[in-house]
Amino acid sequence: MSYRNDPYDPKQVAYLDPAALDAAVAEADKAFAGAADPDALTQLRHLHLGDKAPVSLARREIGALPPAAKSDAGKRVNEARRQIQDLFDARQAALAAEQEQRVLAEERVDVTLPWDRRPRGARHPLSTLMERIGDLFVGMGYEIAEGPEAELEWTNFDALNIPPDHPARGLMDTFHIAPQGSGLVLRTHTSPVQARAMLTRTPPIYVIASGRVYRTDELDATHTPVFHQVEGLVVDRGITMAHLRGTLDHFARAMFGPDARTRFRPHYFPFTEPSAEFDIWFPEHRDGPQWVEWGGCGMVNPRVLRACGIDPDEFSGFAFGMGIERSLMFRHGISDMRDMVEGDVRFTRAFGMEL
Amino acid sequence: MRVGLSWLREHVDLPADISAADLEQALVGLGIEVDAVADLRTSVTGGLVVGRVLTVEELTGFKKPIRFCTVDVGSANGTGEPQEIVCGASNFAPGDLVVVILPGGVLPGGFEIGARKTYGHMSAGMITSARELGLGDDHDGIIVLPADTTANPGDDARPIVGLDDVLVEVEITPDRGYAMSVRGIARELALALGLPFRDPALHPAPGATAEPAYPVDVRDPIGCDRFAARAVRGVDPAAATPAFMARRLTQAGIRTISLPVDITNYLMLELGQPMHAFDLDRLRGPLVVRRATAGEKLTTLDGANRTLDAEDMVICDDSGPISLAAVMGGETSEVHVGTTDVLFEAAHWDPVMVGRTARRHKLFSEAAKRWERGVDPALPLVALERAVTLMTTYGGGTTGDEILDVDAVRPRTPVDMAVDLPTRRVGVVYEPARVVGLLEAVGCTVTVDGERLSAVPPTWRPDLTDPADLVEEVVRLDGYDKVPGRLPLAPAGRGLTDEQRRRRSVARALAETRHVEVLSYPFVGTPALDALGIADDDPRRSLVRLANPLSDEEPYLRTTLLPPLLATLRRNVGRGARDLALYEVGVVFQARSGAGAPPAMGVDERPADSVFAAADAVVPAQPWHVAVVLAGEVEPTGWWAGGRPASWADAVQAARTVLDTAGIPEERVSVRSAAIAPWHPGRCAAIAVDDAVVGWAGELHPAVVRALDLPKRTAAVELDLDALPAAPVTPAPRVSGFPPALIDVALVVGDGVPAADVRQAIVDGAGELLESVRLFDVYASEQLGAGRKSLAYKLTFRAPDRTLTVEEAVAARDAAVAAAADRFGATLRGA
Repeated sequence: MSYRNDPYDPKQVAYLDPAALDAAVAEADKAFAGAADPDALTQLRHLHLGDKAPVSLARREIGALPPAAKSDAGKRVNEARRQIQDLFDARQAALAAEQEQRVLAEERVDVTLPWDRRPRGARHPLSTLMERIGDLFVGMGYEIAEGPEAELEWTNFDALNIPPDHPARGLMDTFHIAPQGSGLVLRTHTSPVQARAMLTRTPPIYVIASGRVYRTDELDATHTPVFHQVEGLVVDRGITMAHLRGTLDHFARAMFGPDARTRFRPHYFPFTEPSAEFDIWFPEHRDGPQWVEWGGCGMVNPRVLRACGIDPDEFSGFAFGMGIERSLMFRHGISDMRDMVEGDVRFTRAFGMEL
Repeated sequence: MRVGLSWLREHVDLPADISAADLEQALVGLGIEVDAVADLRTSVTGGLVVGRVLTVEELTGFKKPIRFCTVDVGSANGTGEPQEIVCGASNFAPGDLVVVILPGGVLPGGFEIGARKTYGHMSAGMITSARELGLGDDHDGIIVLPADTTANPGDDARPIVGLDDVLVEVEITPDRGYAMSVRGIARELALALGLPFRDPALHPAPGATAEPAYPVDVRDPIGCDRFAARAVRGVDPAAATPAFMARRLTQAGIRTISLPVDITNYLMLELGQPMHAFDLDRLRGPLVVRRATAGEKLTTLDGANRTLDAEDMVICDDSGPISLAAVMGGETSEVHVGTTDVLFEAAHWDPVMVGRTARRHKLFSEAAKRWERGVDPALPLVALERAVTLMTTYGGGTTGDEILDVDAVRPRTPVDMAVDLPTRRVGVVYEPARVVGLLEAVGCTVTVDGERLSAVPPTWRPDLTDPADLVEEVVRLDGYDKVPGRLPLAPAGRGLTDEQRRRRSVARALAETRHVEVLSYPFVGTPALDALGIADDDPRRSLVRLANPLSDEEPYLRTTLLPPLLATLRRNVGRGARDLALYEVGVVFQARSGAGAPPAMGVDERPADSVFAAADAVVPAQPWHVAVVLAGEVEPTGWWAGGRPASWADAVQAARTVLDTAGIPEERVSVRSAAIAPWHPGRCAAIAVDDAVVGWAGELHPAVVRALDLPKRTAAVELDLDALPAAPVTPAPRVSGFPPALIDVALVVGDGVPAADVRQAIVDGAGELLESVRLFDVYASEQLGAGRKSLAYKLTFRAPDRTLTVEEAVAARDAAVAAAADRFGATLRGA
């Protein structure tokens, strides 16, 4: 259809009348305001902006005007159309926002509903603690050394300067592997890993070892036949007891905060000489700040070095060890050993993935 | 060992006001562990006074004898009038001196004493027994003070009964036998506090006489390198043990028996020299000190009939063994009620022999504990001199002139050491004079030659044999607290090994996929394996057995992680848990059949590599396993919907999680139907990597569930982590940016055809345009026909270098279907 060829009809110029255009704008405004939702508004679009809309008809009448009037009329029509378009857009945006608000309100949920479709898993805190200690020493350049739980008597005792009739051997209530005289035991401490580390490495040796050990104690609140230890061994030139002290102080601060410190007490271990027990100052103890017995340590006995093929005149070393259960108990205020043994998920879950 | 400060003060002048804390610090600083310090002066509060019994009225009509007494307590009660007390004991008479606690006093344990009406009379206070005062276990009657007591009624009774003392209980490490004595502890305190020490062993004592006190033949000078004896004849068999001695024995936890025996025990406590008292009249012929012959019998003082070992040392007379040397005397020769002639023996025995004998006969007597830790061989004559003096002082009689002393004690070997060794080992600078001074303080005789010194350790320190022992003495006396802290510089490390990292990752991945880690005991019994249905010839029956298990029901070590893990599952169920997913990463133990014993290895030098390898080959194999057990719902019922029960599929999924975490590429993993205990034969998958089975996963056999009383449909996985190959270096995939072509196919196959095989056929047939294949539906219906199932797959095709045409994708699809049709007769559903 071509409007240009329409014959001039004076009555049609009525749309170009400024008043008529103003009225068209006002009418559109009123109509748009009455639209309740975006769909209703869309329905109104062609009435006010479509081909048959007053502004469109007014535009068609421009052709019938004398050239001098055309520019003025064009501006007027365009202005009216722009106003209607703006009104439409504004109303449309308002309605969209309104509708979004309505949907958002309708979609409201109770976010406090529990979403426990995936029950928590957890590491055993003893495992986490052993790994944490391992990581600390690995960060200092140590390697993690390992050894079997069913172990040679030789590495568990003899190589560590605990001959068969030594009282210390009797003090460690040992599980023996049948038959009698098999030469095998369940390791009573992690110290045989020291012997294995020295037999399989050459100095400088910096190793940390953790794992399960066994003693023939019945399970009760303070004893368990199966427990865990961690053990450190350093063999190098010029190693002194001061190095041992510095290492344990560093360890204590890493585990228990910058105020932690250690105290050495002379003690006896066959595999170290001089030997010490060490305590840690534990400010967060549930019974108030106090020294807590933490472990044993000392300078590797030259007899042990010799049994493992290391020249004690050239090298010296230190070793230390402590119970993981004990560390966990005082660090976390656990009062009953059985909680760490029985595998009750309520206990383990409380610790989650990290300590 | 428990000892009073009053006794220690006889040998070291401790400050009068030394506090319990200072005392403890002094001992602990030198390596003597203090179990307790008990101040008896404050253990009983209020008036505790000497009383003289004036009158005793027996009250009748009660179930037990009751006495109403009046007791003179001087003016201690404020009135001077006799104190009226009701008493249940009857071992006293008017005129006796007793110990009275007055109203207002408090006995140990917080027991307050008042005036109260009992048995029809007012009782104001209490006449006390030793046990009530915390002095011992004697509760046979009240304390009746000896007639020669010089105290008067109303005097403070504390000094008289020993409540003016401070008791120290110490624990002695196995290397310090000398510290299990007043002599040793006093010496250590003197060292710690810098005070002079008066050594009771320096008491003058006469030497051996030509004529022995009794004929003795020491036939084994290795087992017994010194044997000394002296006799006292004509002692009063009724002589009482003096109160101070009885009190000190009681404080040390040793019962009083008779004066001669109490003297030997008293001197053991004082000097550290265990002794024995024979009744001379009961000895038959000369004594022989020798090894026992295997099977010889001896009834020891505890009444036990003991069969002796060829290694035990015995003292014999003509009747045979009369004493298990160094450990316990025999019944037939012991002093007894009527003994008048006593032979005191003080010897020195081989500590290793004594330790073995004590363990063999389970006789850890006070004497054995000291011998095992080392006794000063220089003590016998001093101990005997003290014994005969005490005996004649308190029991009368005459000491024989003859002194026996068979002495084969070898002189101590000097310990040679560089003077600067303590400095080099400890990291504290000790000047040479300081080193020598400290070693002399512990009793060494030191000579210095240039940069080396030679120290002869004192006789009471058999533990000082190596230079390192001397280093410890130097740092111990100088103070452990003076050792500074320095960090050694370790060489650059290599981090965790691949195996260590894998174990950690697996443990962590399982925890992150909602499993809870368990660390269970590895002890098992065969009934547990029977319950799992494990066959007799299964490798899991190659059990390592303990010679001394805690429980005879569980004498073996686990070959599979499942029995302890399932027990933990059951324990949790028993405590009310329903939905459980547990796992353990741990070792299992596999016996080496016919391994024999490891070769003997010395400790003076490193064992040859081949010898150590041979020894190591005897050690049971201990591979790391991982196991998971599942029960209840893996996804719980909730407000969202119903839950999902754990099933065989979750077990297989857990296995895949493990393998995935271990870095094993999916295409190298295969899952096959399997039938192996303890799993349900139709719901068990063998998990294989590169076609080697590494474990199994699935639902447990219903019979196992019943036998172990587990929740229905419990599922389990166990994999051998050590059997997994090393994770390969992953080649990077080419990621195509071109669009995929998605095609679904539904294939109908026989219901016995494993889905995994159909999948493999599709993968093989589709060729390299196939990017992924996902099974999204499995169903069977009447329409399909019996014994048929439909498997619906979503196939994604994509080319690395172009957009695929429909024709290309369809051709690849058709090739996939053709492969499935070829292998399994698969047909396209609806085709």
